[in-house]
Amino acid sequence: MKHVLKIFSLLLVISALWIGLLQASILPQSHTWLLPIYFIVSLGCYGLLMVGVGLMRFPTCPQEALLLQQDIAEAKGFLKQSGVDVGCK
Amino acid sequence: MEQKNKYSIIVPTYNERLNIALIVYLIFKHLRSRDVDFEIIVVDDGSPDGTQEVVKQLQKLYGEDHILLRPRPKKLGLGTAYIHGLKHASGNFVVIMDADLSHHPKYLPSFIKKQLETGASIVTGTRYSKGGGVHGWNLMRKLTSRGANVLAQTLLWPGVSDLTGSFRLYRKSVLEDVISSCVSKGYVFQMEMIVRASREGYHIEEVPITFVDRVFGSSKLGGSEIVEYLKGLVYLLVTT
Repeated sequence: MKHVLKIFSLLLVISALWIGLLQASILPQSHTWLLPIYFIVSLGCYGLLMVGVGLMRFPTCPQEALLLQQDIAEAKGFLKQSGVDVGCK
Repeated sequence: MEQKNKYSIIVPTYNERLNIALIVYLIFKHLRSRDVDFEIIVVDDGSPDGTQEVVKQLQKLYGEDHILLRPRPKKLGLGTAYIHGLKHASGNFVVIMDADLSHHPKYLPSFIKKQLETGASIVTGTRYSKGGGVHGWNLMRKLTSRGANVLAQTLLWPGVSDLTGSFRLYRKSVLEDVISSCVSKGYVFQMEMIVRASREGYHIEEVPITFVDRVFGSSKLGGSEIVEYLKGLVYLLVTT
């Protein structure tokens, strides 16, 4: 099934549940009408939270830059000896 | 009967005269000692800086059976560079990686090991997992990257943590299959590849990699790139 169809079916199920709640009057009508808004806002907040947490825990590797420089020096040394042109750019 | 595996490493280049020599040295350093059968396919798009001359010198040093130079007349795009390289690949596995040293060849053994352990069809490098990482990104860049990733995960459920990464190992037949149905350009192309592969049900594994961004002339992420990305997301949402 195409991915977008999966998302549509999910939204359809959620809408059906919402309409069911409206009709069954388990919760006060005024609250039920606002449920979609709550849902969208919670989704937005969850997204922002994920971005924030991910940003805080973003993996960095400063030591890799140093290791890379060492590798470059080693490579340049070998290649120069072997006759490959690695002249400074 | 054990079939010996051969790995074709496709490296598209444009004006990478110095980096291509360094990368070839590092690939040999990390693979030769492990008894891995490999070849490096350099797809150069007519670089004016003499990249192809350097590759020819490397061929003299390392052998033409290990370094294949398959140039093209001018800049023709990344996707077609891979297709071009694929035509000349004699291995049963294909690795794609960038030539600018943001992808370090020292991770090649871990890609190979992961594939052998799990029998996966694709092993993709991820910068966002534990053990991986990025260096050279400022806060704004990290924010954009993280925001883009959360959006893509929410919309596409791709099954991989790093969608735009381009350091990957593919089973050759799988790459041929997936690449034929991809039409995007640039990094959206990388996203399209992995999302289509995921939809097809191919077994995809990840290994953490570190990514050191170019020290000089670091690519800026402008408004137009963001628009391209969003367009790409919607395209992938609707067509995969």
